[in-house]
Amino acid sequence: MKKMIFSLLLIGLLATACAPAPNVGAINDLPYVDTGVDTEAWATVPAGDFLFGQHDHVTYVDEFEIMITNVTVEQYANYLNEAIASGDISVGEFDLKVAEELTLQKEGAGGYYEGDPFDAYKHEEEIEEGDQLFIAMEDGLRMTYENGIFTTMDAYRNHPVTMVTWFGANAYCEYYDTRLPLEVEWEKAARGTEITENGHGRPFAWGTEIHGNYANYYSSADLFEKMYGKLGNTTPVGFYNGQTYEGYETHDSVSPYGLYDMGGNVWQWMGDDHADQHYRHMRGGSFYTYEVDLRVWKFNSAGPTHYAPEIGFRCAQ
Amino acid sequence: MKELAKRFDYLFRSTRGLALVAIAAVGIVTAIWGTLSGPMVEWGVRDITVKVLGMDLVQADREGRIIMLYHTIAMTVVAIEVYFMTEILPMKRHEQVIINATITIGYLTAIIFGLFFGYFGHNFAYHGLFLVGQSLVFFGGILLVAALWPWKKEYLLPEDSPYARTKNGVNIERAAFFVMAIATLVSATWGAVTGSFWANGHETFLGEDLIRIPHKTALQKAIIGHLHIMLTLIAVAITLIVGRWMDFKGKLHKWAMPIMIIGTITITFGALSIVWMEWAHSTIYVGSVFVMFSALLYVIFSWDKLIKEGTADIEKPNFFQKIKALTDDPFKFGSGWQMVFMNFTVSGVGIFMAIKLEEIFRVWPHREERITLTGHWHILSGIIATIILFYFMDLSGIKGKARKWAGWTIIIGSDLAFGAATVFSMKRLFVSDTAQQPLVNTTMLIMDFGLAAILVLLAIFLGWRLIDLFAKDGVWSDEFAAEKQANAKADLEAQKQKLAEIQATLDEVSK
Repeated sequence: MKKMIFSLLLIGLLATACAPAPNVGAINDLPYVDTGVDTEAWATVPAGDFLFGQHDHVTYVDEFEIMITNVTVEQYANYLNEAIASGDISVGEFDLKVAEELTLQKEGAGGYYEGDPFDAYKHEEEIEEGDQLFIAMEDGLRMTYENGIFTTMDAYRNHPVTMVTWFGANAYCEYYDTRLPLEVEWEKAARGTEITENGHGRPFAWGTEIHGNYANYYSSADLFEKMYGKLGNTTPVGFYNGQTYEGYETHDSVSPYGLYDMGGNVWQWMGDDHADQHYRHMRGGSFYTYEVDLRVWKFNSAGPTHYAPEIGFRCAQ
Repeated sequence: MKELAKRFDYLFRSTRGLALVAIAAVGIVTAIWGTLSGPMVEWGVRDITVKVLGMDLVQADREGRIIMLYHTIAMTVVAIEVYFMTEILPMKRHEQVIINATITIGYLTAIIFGLFFGYFGHNFAYHGLFLVGQSLVFFGGILLVAALWPWKKEYLLPEDSPYARTKNGVNIERAAFFVMAIATLVSATWGAVTGSFWANGHETFLGEDLIRIPHKTALQKAIIGHLHIMLTLIAVAITLIVGRWMDFKGKLHKWAMPIMIIGTITITFGALSIVWMEWAHSTIYVGSVFVMFSALLYVIFSWDKLIKEGTADIEKPNFFQKIKALTDDPFKFGSGWQMVFMNFTVSGVGIFMAIKLEEIFRVWPHREERITLTGHWHILSGIIATIILFYFMDLSGIKGKARKWAGWTIIIGSDLAFGAATVFSMKRLFVSDTAQQPLVNTTMLIMDFGLAAILVLLAIFLGWRLIDLFAKDGVWSDEFAAEKQANAKADLEAQKQKLAEIQATLDEVSK
């Protein structure tokens, strides 16, 4: 009898975990949250040295400008509609070459890319000239497409755009005569030039500490995790700005140059084309990752055809 | 005072006591440092640990801290395996004492000062003492190699021995231990040489963070080779140890031991040659096949033995009776089962990754590939730990229901956790990023549940052994008495042998 009770308790416990949990693609009923942050604003990062990387290499960077937030779903939808109207991109089926001998067909919006220099190094895949997928039209897209028009889901207007490939991020920036930031630029914009008490540069965009209300990361118990479970969801750009939302108090996690979401929320595509590899790097960590990935020097990488509900971007110039 | 001295004697001068101290040390480190990650962070326990203990967790030093933690645990596990070896392999009493003493001082120094340096401020005296500790463990290894020398006359096996032997009578199993110990020393040197560049321009990194970097330095490759081979050799050692436990012998033993030697040499060469050889991975695969085949022969032998012993009183046992006999003793069955299970969660994953690297794993983001890599070697470490626990709990004389509960808790708990970890790490095969939440939640819960079950069991076991130390005639007392008796007999035998040798010399001189 005791064994049976124990077994039933065990099965019950595991069954609880198997209960349907909302996935990111299915969360469409959340409220619109206004953060008050200007998504059109840019910050200027002055020329000069800063401590680059985990091991604090003194590195010089020229002056540049960078968006203070990630590109939002609304901004990207507007771009898609403008670019479709101007004939720069189209909607339909695209070949998605994810490996040398593996090409998938995906529906979405896409356009021309001029290709990358190919070094034919071990494990390197050739990125050829031709049409590429920019954004996938599948579960997780925060827009609808009807009658040739992309429309943003209302609640997601000010969330970072996701499900966008590196090609899609690059195309957006280039369309507006800007570019994706280089890693060294992104990191300087995130950590600034401050040397902290322990002699290192800032590990996080806002300083040396991290707590749940500082950024959107795995199990940070933010407002949306409370609503939708541990893995959570994206938060509106600039959400962590010191405001209190429905009793949830956020820390003002702005970087030294006034940038938001430079840790957590979504990974951000970088503009570097690293020699001897086809991978594109991402920075910043996301709502799927642990806090260690939010440290400013950490990077993730994937082929330029990759897209996910945890990857977005911002532009620089 | 006398009673206290007795306990101290047991804990630091007997093999069982030394192993108990080392397992308790790993248990304490796991209990405290386990609060710094996983669900403990989510529950806010980490903040309490950090505050109460006054830890200094600088974000930029995280990778270095983890390396210190791995090393301190690895040193302790190596010490535990050495204690087992010096007990089960014939060697002179003074060799056993000096090896155990050196290793003990070594790992305790390394564990204390390594963790101080990693987590309580970078005092370089701590780092120096950490190196002293590791050096002593290394020196203990040299003494072990000398003691294991398989060509010594007294360790030769007779012609009719059921154990693997050469034509000249060399005990091939002893040679396998010997080769494994030498390979470990060479691989440790590899790590020490590369590690010595630390603070001389070498920047700390975790191996899994280097994947996809097209040009790795020789130093980076050397460290990757070092960490892989050290864990492999720890696995080889425990396979050989449990072989002795089950009295592995006969035809399969005669095949398994030479194969293990070839595998150990090949895989060590492969892992270290990664620094300069393009095809090092092929060498590693060949070595792995040999090592795993040798382990398979052990599993076949041990399971066959368990079935035969368990059905000895049944004339024609049926399938179910055989299964019952096989699984009747979860400790002994578990030692082989965990090796079989390893193929699904470690070797199988590794081979699958190697075959499908370009097509699947390199299509995933770096972070997913990294999770798979760290997952599979954490699982291998965990499996080794469970086999050590089976062996030590058996030595502790756990019998009856307690043995069954303990054994099956470890088997079921670990296999659930490791199975779930494997599914979690390979989740992209089954679900997209968009739809992963239910799978992540489920696998995480199963992992936590399985690991928690084992940790609770370990805590109960160590608690029992601690309480037992307060009893006048506890298990510790019996163990100590038995070991003293065995040592006295061995000493007596050695003295007799010595006397015979002296007598022979005198006889020869007087002729």
